Amino acid sequence: MPDATRRERLLRVLKTVTTQPLPADDEESLFESGLLDSFALPDLVSALEQEFSIKVPDRDLNPRKFDSIARIDTYLQDRAS
Amino acid sequence: MRAFLHGFGMHVPERVVTNAEIAVRVGRTPEWIESASGIRERRWAAAETGVADLAIAAAQNCLARVGVTASSLGLIITASGSARPGFPGPAAEVAAGLGLESTPAIDVPMASAGSLFGMTMAAHMAAQFGDVLVVGAEKMSAVIESAALDPNSAMLFGDGAGAVLVSARPGPWEILDAVLHSDGQYRDSLTFDWSAPLRMNGLAVILQAARKLPSSIEEVLTRQKVAAGDVTQFLLHQANQNLLVRVAKSLGIPAERVYSNLARYGNTSSASMLMAADEWSQANPAPGPVVFSAFGAGFHWGALLARRV
Repeated sequence: MPDATRRERLLRVLKTVTTQPLPADDEESLFESGLLDSFALPDLVSALEQEFSIKVPDRDLNPRKFDSIARIDTYLQDRAS
Repeated sequence: MRAFLHGFGMHVPERVVTNAEIAVRVGRTPEWIESASGIRERRWAAAETGVADLAIAAAQNCLARVGVTASSLGLIITASGSARPGFPGPAAEVAAGLGLESTPAIDVPMASAGSLFGMTMAAHMAAQFGDVLVVGAEKMSAVIESAALDPNSAMLFGDGAGAVLVSARPGPWEILDAVLHSDGQYRDSLTFDWSAPLRMNGLAVILQAARKLPSSIEEVLTRQKVAAGDVTQFLLHQANQNLLVRVAKSLGIPAERVYSNLARYGNTSSASMLMAADEWSQANPAPGPVVFSAFGAGFHWGALLARRV
């Protein structure tokens, strides 16, 4: 279930690791749009861990889990449940 | 395990390949390549030069530095991910090139983490075999040129070889501990088999390396109760300058504590860590703990802690 607060926090985190405007479509690939590159991705994961007080285990370090706002939100939701 | 590092050696081909030369071929600018990787130039070997030739030159340099003759070696370990497939691997040719006729020689067909795995194996085997020469040698230009150039990988790699002598005899640096890890579930993220171009999922590689390099370093440091801040030098596989900076940040240490020669040699895969160690050792390094660490295709990764005796 979408959580407005979680999504707002997620967007805030994304803005800290990229200087580009965030996509309007939550399903748009953050990698293909050039918003995230291979070195911004580890920054994003670290920032998510800090913001949401979680530890992303190595087995979850799959770029596809972080490929769009929707996918990241789903991952955070799964971690919270 | 009680083993010592006696000294290092290295060899690079003469031909310097600048970013300007690569940029023309891959459709990028020299400045973009340096910004993305920290690399300004790399060395490429001549067509007739093989992985074993590079390895032999580094081995001879190492043996001369430590004052050991090849005939006294008990074992040779040669790591390479770019040696031609099939058998025999380059280890036997390296042994023959050093004039040895019966000394055992083992191949470690592993790319970037090969030298670290070889060093750790050597540390455990030295008590039985005596002096162990570990060599990491790569002709990555052959990998790059084996297929149509891929801009993301062609700009990174260079040729070279590094070597270290590991022995149970007391030497300048004592190996205190080492950790090695492998995780085959990401084996498709970085592959090369001579039948197709090198394939690299940069996102997966960097994401995993950025986590696993510092975690393995912290693992070995914690086990030996050494603080990262007390380590005088970190000698890592030279993959990408941005990755080296990130590892330093994760460990909470100044970036300059992580040795880098990426600008001059690029990513030389299994050779790079020992090439960095050789340059570092020749610069009269400060005493104190030193950490070796590498991550590469497989994925394989780990860290080794040594201290100046």
